[in-house]
Amino acid sequence: MLNDVTFGQYYPAKSFVHSMDPRAKIVLMIAFIVAIFLAKNFFGLAAVILFLIVAVAFSRVPFGRVLRSVKMILFLIIFTAVLNLFFYSGSSSYKPLVDWWIITITYESIINTIFLAFRLFLLVMGTSVLTLTTTPVALTDGIESLLTPLKWIKFPVHELALIMSIALRFIPTLMDETNRIVAAQKARGADFETGGLIKRAKAVVPILIPLLVSAFRRAEDLGDAMDARCYSGAKGRTKYKKLTFTWRDLIGLLFVAALITGIVFLNIYLGGKFEILGYFL
Amino acid sequence: MRIVAKDLTYTYNPKSPFASQALKGVNIEIDEGEFFGIIGHTGSGKSTFVQHLNALIKLTGGSLTVGDYDLSDKKCKFLELRSKVGMVFQYPEYQLFAETVEKDVMFGLKNFHKGMKEEEMAAAVKEAIETVDLDYEDIRDRSPFELSGGQKRRVAIAGVIVTKPEILILDEPAAGLDPLGKKEIMDLLHHIHGGWCKTVVIVSHDMDEIAENCTRAAVFSEGRVVMEDTPAEIFKRSDELLALGLDIPVTAKCARLLKEKGIVIDTDFTCDDFIAKTLALYGGAGGAPKAEGGGNAQ
Repeated sequence: MLNDVTFGQYYPAKSFVHSMDPRAKIVLMIAFIVAIFLAKNFFGLAAVILFLIVAVAFSRVPFGRVLRSVKMILFLIIFTAVLNLFFYSGSSSYKPLVDWWIITITYESIINTIFLAFRLFLLVMGTSVLTLTTTPVALTDGIESLLTPLKWIKFPVHELALIMSIALRFIPTLMDETNRIVAAQKARGADFETGGLIKRAKAVVPILIPLLVSAFRRAEDLGDAMDARCYSGAKGRTKYKKLTFTWRDLIGLLFVAALITGIVFLNIYLGGKFEILGYFL
Repeated sequence: MRIVAKDLTYTYNPKSPFASQALKGVNIEIDEGEFFGIIGHTGSGKSTFVQHLNALIKLTGGSLTVGDYDLSDKKCKFLELRSKVGMVFQYPEYQLFAETVEKDVMFGLKNFHKGMKEEEMAAAVKEAIETVDLDYEDIRDRSPFELSGGQKRRVAIAGVIVTKPEILILDEPAAGLDPLGKKEIMDLLHHIHGGWCKTVVIVSHDMDEIAENCTRAAVFSEGRVVMEDTPAEIFKRSDELLALGLDIPVTAKCARLLKEKGIVIDTDFTCDDFIAKTLALYGGAGGAPKAEGGGNAQ
């Protein structure tokens, strides 16, 4: 039951995107998110979608796999889209299409909803391309490296990265543990699938307590093991895998720079998202 | 209850790059009253197989019947089946959760027998705790987390046998215990086998454990059953076991060494029998002495 969580799940493959520097990928993703929100008209949005499709194609992750990560927040997308569609009231210069009780639908709200849905959708897709092609370890390495400037203001960058990598490292372990405990309690007749909310919440106790106990035990063991190997923080530590910036990363960054430039250009040249209405109405 | 599996197949994470076929057509029959051993490497499919027996893993290929329960039938009463087929997982002490030992042991009873009276439950819990050789009055109100490792494991076993399952399955019941603890647990299982549960199935990679305790055993390798016989017959094929990368019992190792010297001993590979036969061969001083710390073949 817990095997379906795609979030943070690495998809092993050999591809252009897989072998990029995690730092470049993180910067790329941030730039991609900026591009999503910069795009003010449909052409800009189309450019972003095209960019995503190219990125997925170069990552060799099956498209369905990337789509699956959207499934988790599909409800959120629909919910916000519906709210937006019915209750958005811009400074409409066009007559509302529907105006009934508290619900108003205008051309603007329809366009706005399409934008909103696409933006959320692309946001999740873009971030999952990163997590599907980058191992958690590489990801934290990249974050640590990108945050290095913060060391100047005494921010514990290394410690933060360590906490993150330990947390990520233990997600599958604890997931396995959870599955085992669930199986053991099911064998003793525990029922997690039926009953009301309170009954279900109560049913979680026989899983949660052994899981917590085990997490503490593991934490203690890990602490001892680190101590035994003389771990003493960031000072003087070297890395097993050095991050290297290659031509792939350069190409990726050039592409995203081109995307943002293109979008800004389209924004200036074609104007905002509502101006399209002028052509039709 | 008789267990019959035919062409059982199972694949983890189907249709993904992580897909792995754990069972590739398992055929096995376990009769009522057996003390059955399942041998195999990690990843040979033995754990996957036993989790099918009480429907923790739903049947996806082949057929499986446990007593009158047909597990390929969607309408099969799985909860009832689980009360009849008890399962003790590896390191069962990690599943304890309640504030007191008594409440933890009672968990299964409350799940399976919703209408049962408090006194009846308390009596059943008392019986189960005493069966696993713990002092009921002393231990009932203590927290399971303050017990020793061995005691915790006993409490966990009590929590499974409390519903009086007809079949008891244990995954590596003696894992992580010292030799004395191992012997105590195996003795306990024979005690349970004699009264509480008609059939006991243990999953183990400790060959001595299998040789000493089981009436019959099956060897799993790469998702298939490659041997199914009495331990005596299985360990006669030591060469094949070693070729599969499996271990053999100490007695089988000794028998092999003796065979190289031209001495053939016809043994069933329990310690007692092996020592007795060897001594008899050498005209042992006045028959066979009882082996110290040996097995408990019955």
